[in-house]
Amino acid sequence: MSGNLIEVRGVSKSYGGVVANKDVSIDVAEGGITGLIGPNGSGKTTLFNSIVGYHPIDEGSIKFRGKEISKLRVPEIARLGLLRTFQQTRIYSKMDCMKNMLISVSHRDEGLGSMFGSMRDRETEEFAEELLEFVGLYQKRFLVAGELSFGQQKLLEFAMALMNRPQVLLLDEPTAGINPTLINGLIDRLKRANEQFGITLFVIEHNMRVIMNLADRISCLAHGELLATGTPDEIQNDPRVVDAYLGAH
Amino acid sequence: MSARSLDLKIYAFLIAVGIIGPLLVPSITSQMAVMWLMVLMAVTWDMTGGQMGYNSLGNITFFGLGMYASAVVQIGLVYDVMEYTASFGAIKVDFTVSQYWTGLVLGIGAGGAVATVFALVVGPFMLGLRGPYFAIGTLGLAVAVAELISGWRYVGGGSGISMPIFPGEAGTGSIVFYVMFFVLAIVCHMVIRAVYRTRFGLAINAIRDDEDKAEAMGIHTTRYKVMAWAISAFFMGMAGAIFGNMSGFIEPLEVAFPTATFGIFMVAMALLGGKGTLWGPVLGAILFHIVKEVTWTELLGWQWVALGAIIILNIVYFQQGILGWAQDRWPALFGVTVDEKMSRTGQAEAAE
Repeated sequence: MSGNLIEVRGVSKSYGGVVANKDVSIDVAEGGITGLIGPNGSGKTTLFNSIVGYHPIDEGSIKFRGKEISKLRVPEIARLGLLRTFQQTRIYSKMDCMKNMLISVSHRDEGLGSMFGSMRDRETEEFAEELLEFVGLYQKRFLVAGELSFGQQKLLEFAMALMNRPQVLLLDEPTAGINPTLINGLIDRLKRANEQFGITLFVIEHNMRVIMNLADRISCLAHGELLATGTPDEIQNDPRVVDAYLGAH
Repeated sequence: MSARSLDLKIYAFLIAVGIIGPLLVPSITSQMAVMWLMVLMAVTWDMTGGQMGYNSLGNITFFGLGMYASAVVQIGLVYDVMEYTASFGAIKVDFTVSQYWTGLVLGIGAGGAVATVFALVVGPFMLGLRGPYFAIGTLGLAVAVAELISGWRYVGGGSGISMPIFPGEAGTGSIVFYVMFFVLAIVCHMVIRAVYRTRFGLAINAIRDDEDKAEAMGIHTTRYKVMAWAISAFFMGMAGAIFGNMSGFIEPLEVAFPTATFGIFMVAMALLGGKGTLWGPVLGAILFHIVKEVTWTELLGWQWVALGAIIILNIVYFQQGILGWAQDRWPALFGVTVDEKMSRTGQAEAAE
């Protein structure tokens, strides 16, 4: 691990009178898996939206590789290699899985001329097929993505994110709505994405078994404020976290 | 690929129809010219409306602007435009044959160029609107441009402009304009088919399916949207220039910016054939035009009822259009299949 990829410092965001984030500071270490937990409405998704540029923040600073990104727009941040998946899964529902993958390549160094560039070079197609096989959707690659089951759409969205070769991936509840037997496979794939592809992960998760297995550091939000940050063990035994979120065992 | 050979067969068929039709029945040359214009309108509308999900009601703007741009260029080459339009057709300018042709070629080029530049300028603003707001915004744009042209004395205002008269024997003009529309329609479809196969095609489909997702994945959405509209505008501008010359007289409301007829037809035709499909708009345009012409000649008085009925049936019972329905019915024909192989390695073994 070599320093922090994302540094969130003193970020506040309110919607009218509702304070969604108040003075939140979180670090996402390069190469690691950072977890973000907290009760519903505690401001986790708001923080994700702030990081990826979905809305302007009221106060504070967000840095990616030391560069201030809080003023950049969504596609600009995405092109830097900071990508997010959505809580409500989002795929291109009328295109087949393969096309979903092909258009998800990185748009980092794209000039005007490449707008009409070919998408069908062998290397790109092979990488897309590899990733579809990685998430178990190879057979379905010519099916329209909107006809996949919800769980499969989540897997496709994850594969699309990997296709982009991001440096850091923000995952908003990757296991929500996925059947329990598939969850183990998904945890395994997240870990492999982190180790094999070297992608830093920042994960919102409600499933405690999943996040405690996955993350090496966890932050807990409550009422928009950062409650605690630590290793999974420290978080599980932190009385404030137990009180606000986990509940007494 | 079988899709490719099917496409080539359809092109061959259309080209054969386009050549044999007017030779066999010379009296329908003008109607067939308008049919190719309808194909152009439906295909270019579908690029933003069907493939990108931006339902424009104002693409007729490009048509009218192209028409006026060509008129100004063609007349301006040999005469003072202001003086010409101020006389309300009293001045007859004698164009030599070479002046006419130079003007026509430059005029059509200018038509395409002006429409494209206009799309590039207003595109970034208009395409920031989504869904119904874009539809209404573009409709407003078409109406506003038509009104501005109506009030602009330099181009004759509401009284319009008489276009240069085609030199040569009577009848040859309609053949020349027919060939222009025919060639432009086929070339336009080929260009559009080619660009749909590039990154551009996937990007505008992605914008249609989920623009927020496309942005979150880093796609240059504005760039693609404006480019798609500009390509539509280019072909619509040239089509407008040809149509103005074919009509011989242009004015803003009925000929150049007919929002309630051509402006709506282009949407209805694409929906009828199946929006977002490669051949749907072509099929829809041809069917729609045949029904329109047949009712015009055989059921005079009922033509608007017939067209209205088609649109209602289409919207209420048949929203995906003819080819959209076929695609749902026989997905395998359109390449939607489950692969038998479980994995990439399985495929490699089978190939050996």
